[in-house]
Amino acid sequence: MRKVTLEINGKKVEKEVQDNTLLSTFLRDHLNLTGTHIGCDTSQCGACVVHVNGNSLKSCTALAADIDGSKVTTIEGLATNGKMHPMQEAFKKLHGLQCGFCTPGMVMSAVDLLQKNKKPSDTEIRDWLEGNICRCTGYQNIVAAVKEAATKM
Amino acid sequence: MKDFNYHSAKDSKEASKLSSSNSAFLAGGMTTIPSMKLGLASYKDLIDIKNIKKLSGIKVSGKSVTIGATTKHVEVANSKDVKKTIPSLANLAEGIGDPQVRNRGTIGGSVANNDPSADYPSACIALNATIHTNDRKIEASKFFKGMFETALKKGELIEAIEFQIPEKSSYQKHPNPASRYAVVGVYVAKHKKDVNVAVTGAKPCVYNDKDLSKALSNSFSSLSIQNMELDSSDMNSDIHASAEYRASLVVTQAKKAVDAC
Repeated sequence: MRKVTLEINGKKVEKEVQDNTLLSTFLRDHLNLTGTHIGCDTSQCGACVVHVNGNSLKSCTALAADIDGSKVTTIEGLATNGKMHPMQEAFKKLHGLQCGFCTPGMVMSAVDLLQKNKKPSDTEIRDWLEGNICRCTGYQNIVAAVKEAATKM
Repeated sequence: MKDFNYHSAKDSKEASKLSSSNSAFLAGGMTTIPSMKLGLASYKDLIDIKNIKKLSGIKVSGKSVTIGATTKHVEVANSKDVKKTIPSLANLAEGIGDPQVRNRGTIGGSVANNDPSADYPSACIALNATIHTNDRKIEASKFFKGMFETALKKGELIEAIEFQIPEKSSYQKHPNPASRYAVVGVYVAKHKKDVNVAVTGAKPCVYNDKDLSKALSNSFSSLSIQNMELDSSDMNSDIHASAEYRASLVVTQAKKAVDAC
């Protein structure tokens, strides 16, 4: 067991964790932040993507212990004062989801893209979302949503 | 995942001291953590080397580029110095996995793991790299020993990888559409005296293809290798590609690489 201190969605969190606790488990089971989904659990599907110190990563493939001291943003941390983030709005408006399972990771990954590339092309969006798998939409509306969000962010 | 003790080392000396016959170094963890979750590997101690400042960063000298072991793929891909001196190496880093893997995975981890389909080992062979460990310097040609096997001893830690700047170079891979690992990847580098053609994905371990290298050293043109047929008897064969297909892909990717130089 060890104590980790993290800033999660702007709030300081101090918790005891086992050395082998994954970040995804820590968020969902210890902090009840169940917006971060666990899909494949083998770092392929991207449903568990969160931001650590401003960069996207797959939380099923990081230890809570090894990101001690970091700032974490999850899907729950995107909305401000009850107002959805432009990326969330765009996914809703353009039907960038059907079942919604992949959506938290998709949105977090797409937000990271727009932090680094304000006006991505279709190809750049598809390349960036390489690590996020959706089995419903066929990606068309996801790409459209990311482009729409790019005009609002 | 089985229990283990997590340690964060302050320097290479401490990391080496903490290591045992039942430990592993943890850098980005992009292979180590999934392997442990799947039960393919288990360790009593994981020694995190991410916080050792000396192990990260990119330095260019006249003839070489030295990249610290814990430098992430995204840092190599975006480095102005790498883009200027060895653009093919930045391209290679940009093509690894997905953005989340590139945000986390490290060059030292990839080289130490020596996955038969990994990208970086081919760069080490093509660019006559020297692997700097906490104990010695190892030439790339003597470093990669076999499938997932390297010259590293227990407790030996890669600190940096030094690449020789070539006159021209290009890395071309035929990626697995799901994982982006190389079904076959070919790194062609033209140095002053000779040409290296490093191949990953085709055999159990990365190698320098002597026939292609020789032909291209004599005449650096894709025409000089266009009709070459490689022996496929010791090449990998799986659901993604047969050995014969891989043999053909090596020549195709080598031609593409030469044309892109």
